Amino acid sequence: MDNVKIIEIKQSVYESNDREADKLRSELKARGTFLLNLMSSPGAGKTTLLESVIPKLARKYKIGVMEADIDADVDAVRIKETGAKSIQLHTGGMCHLDAGMTRQGLDELLEDGMDFAILENVGNLVCPAEFDTGASMNACLLSVPEGIDKPLKYPLMFEVCKLVVITKIDTLPYFDFDVEKCKEYIKMRNPEAKVLMVSAKTGEGIDELCKTLEEYIEAQKG
Amino acid sequence: MHELGVVFHVMDDVRKVCEENEITDLQSITLQLGTVSGVIPSYLTDCFMWAREKEELFKKCELIVEPIEAVTYCEDCKEMYDTVKHGKTCPKCGSTNTYLYTGNEFMIKEIAGC
Repeated sequence: MDNVKIIEIKQSVYESNDREADKLRSELKARGTFLLNLMSSPGAGKTTLLESVIPKLARKYKIGVMEADIDADVDAVRIKETGAKSIQLHTGGMCHLDAGMTRQGLDELLEDGMDFAILENVGNLVCPAEFDTGASMNACLLSVPEGIDKPLKYPLMFEVCKLVVITKIDTLPYFDFDVEKCKEYIKMRNPEAKVLMVSAKTGEGIDELCKTLEEYIEAQKG
Repeated sequence: MHELGVVFHVMDDVRKVCEENEITDLQSITLQLGTVSGVIPSYLTDCFMWAREKEELFKKCELIVEPIEAVTYCEDCKEMYDTVKHGKTCPKCGSTNTYLYTGNEFMIKEIAGC
């Protein structure tokens, strides 16, 4: 036992992931690809929203989507039908994507250059917020049926997102969803967050969301 | 909630350090974990006990978790308070102009082996 060495590491468990994520982010900037990490709870409408946004933006930009799920490829198939390139990533039971997994997916997606890449993260409001994927920006969806208390219950998710999209607003008449209160809770977590309201079903708010995304895509091109 | 995922991250980092230092008999990994890091120590240990069976290097390795207390600093009254008890609002002046000083750490402190 006397030859046992103690090696001091003093390194954050997230540090190697953060380093990899920063590297990925600067590479994306250099190629002019805007990568959006899209997060939400399961069923908030990530794929449905993409189905209505992609055809509008595809007139102007080359778009690719990485679908991350624990299993199945139903989302990737849906996205393919919009005409965008899509690939399915399986996390193999893990509840989130990290920078290493994102890079693997991106290498395949970016082969022929992209203006706008979207990472549809695993549906979950907890774990994906903890891991920097290397995306240019984090966004999350909050659907009306989920209720306004989510920013209070899942603070980190709303702290890391610069864009919060309230979805399914066509259902507002059926739920006690106080929009102003919800916006206040979001601002509590992140005063700089931009909050947009959409319904993929009626199309309300989709144009404004597309305009916002266009600004981000153009800014990334520099 | 994602204890298994972080266990894999820890093992990746430790494996590298072992290679660099020619350690083949790993005896312990010591982690420092903030009480509001969102990682639950008992789940972490359970996940590690499962994962260590998969790899020779880790088979006999113990996981030691040292807690770090969560403390928040109030910018307005310039004082620290207990985060777990009071959250984001300062118990003294009611301000929310506060930030977490310690408590969300998740560090690999050291390893022991030969």
